[in-house]
Amino acid sequence: MKVAVIDYGMGNVFNVERALQAIGCYVVITNDARQIEEADAILLPGVGAFPQAMQSLEQTGLIPFLQRMATEKPFLGICLGMQLLFDSSTEGMPTKGLGLIPGTVERMRAKRLPHVGWNSILRDEDVYFVHSYHAVTDDEYIVAAAEYMGEKVPAIVQKGLVTGMQFHPEKSGTFGLSLLQEWKEAVEREITTRH
Amino acid sequence: MLKRRIIPCLDVKEGRVVKGIEFVQLRDIGDPVEIAKYYDESGADELVFLDITASTERRQTMLDVVSAVARKVFIPLTVGGGIRSLEDISSLLKAGADKVSLNTLAVESPSLIREAADRFGSQCIVVAIDVKFEDGAYYVYTYGGKQKTELLAVEWAKQVAALGAGELLVTSMNQDGKQNGYDLTILEQLREVVDIPIIASGGAGNAEHVVEALEKVDAALLASILHDRKTTVEEVKHVCTSHNLPMRFVSTKMN
Repeated sequence: MKVAVIDYGMGNVFNVERALQAIGCYVVITNDARQIEEADAILLPGVGAFPQAMQSLEQTGLIPFLQRMATEKPFLGICLGMQLLFDSSTEGMPTKGLGLIPGTVERMRAKRLPHVGWNSILRDEDVYFVHSYHAVTDDEYIVAAAEYMGEKVPAIVQKGLVTGMQFHPEKSGTFGLSLLQEWKEAVEREITTRH
Repeated sequence: MLKRRIIPCLDVKEGRVVKGIEFVQLRDIGDPVEIAKYYDESGADELVFLDITASTERRQTMLDVVSAVARKVFIPLTVGGGIRSLEDISSLLKAGADKVSLNTLAVESPSLIREAADRFGSQCIVVAIDVKFEDGAYYVYTYGGKQKTELLAVEWAKQVAALGAGELLVTSMNQDGKQNGYDLTILEQLREVVDIPIIASGGAGNAEHVVEALEKVDAALLASILHDRKTTVEEVKHVCTSHNLPMRFVSTKMN
C-alpha cells in the first residue's frame, strides 16, 4: 500500500515515514498532485502553529485538490494535521481549516500546557500527546478521547474516509504502531471494495 | 489521565552505549539499537541519548546512532551533549530525534532557545540544567559540570521557560552518582515557578527514590540503577503505581 505524506514544510515527517515503513507501507513524501493521486491513501502530518500551517498548505496550491481527495481515498491527519481537518481554529488569529470534519480548534483550558506525555485513550492504552489546542466537535465524530486536567481531549476523530489523530501514533510505541496498522488494514479494505 | 514518565538515559561514545551496562539477554551489550529495544519492551516512556564522544567525527556517528534507533523504536527520543548550533539541532531532528537537550549552548546564547523553539517548536527543545547547592543557593553549571556560572537555578528556569523551552531536565550535581535520592528541594522550588514539564535526574538509588521525585515532578531520568540491573523499568513502575502515581504499562504486543 502506497501512502502519500504531504510535504508542506511543517515539522518532521521522517518519523511518520519510518513508522509507516515499519508496518509495511510504501511511503512517498510529496506535494506533487500526480503522486498524491497515485497513492492509496494520504497522510497530513504537522507540528507547529495552525495559521502558519494553513498558509504553507495554501502555498502548495493543493488545498482544493486535497479537499476533493479526502472524499475519494482514506485521509489521515496527525497532530496539527488532525487539527487542520476542522473548519477553523482560534490559534493566533482566527483561521479557516480544510473543513473536512465539522468543528473548531480551540486552546485548552488546563492551567498547565502543553498537554505533553502519555495519556490513555481506547481500551485504556496510552499514547503520546504534545499539544495545547484541541478539537471541539460533535460526539458523533469522536472515536476516542483522553482526559487532561478535567477536560475532554478528542484523540481520534473520524468522518467518512477522513481520520484524525491528535497524538503521535508514530511515537506511541507498539500500541501506536498497532493503530497505524488498523488504519492501514481499513485502507486496504477500502481499496478492495473500490476495485 | 496523564502518566508520569520513566526515562532511561544512555551514554553514547563513538557510536556505542558505554558505562556499565549489564544485560546478559542482549547479544551485543554496547549496541544502541538493542539496548533501546530492550528498554522500550520493558516499558520505558522515552529514551535519552547523551553523546559523550569528544572527537570531531562525533556528529556523524551520533546521527547514525539516532537514525538506526529511530527505525526500530517508536517512542520519543531525546539527544543531548555537544550541540552547538541550530544546524546541529536540525540534523538530529532529521535523523530521527524527537527532542534535543541543550545545556551549555543555552547558557551561552539564551536567544538560541527562542530561535530553536520558533523554528522547530517548543516541544522538541529540552533545556538541561545542572545544579549545585553551595553557599546557600542553587547555582547552574555548564560544560558537563565543570564550569560554575553566576546563574541561580530558579531564575534560569523561569528565563528558559519564557524563552520557549518545552521541558526542563534538572540534574542535581550534589546527588548525582550517590544513589541516596533526588534533590527534592530544588525540584519543588522549580515546580513552583515553571509550568512546563520537569524531568528529575541525579541520585536515584531505588524505586522509592523515584516515587519521591514523581510525587513532585513529571518524569524521572534513570541511568545506573537500570544499567546495573539493580531494578527494571517495569519494577519501578509497579512501585510507583502502589503509591498511586499514574504510570503507563506496555500491554499490546504486535503479532
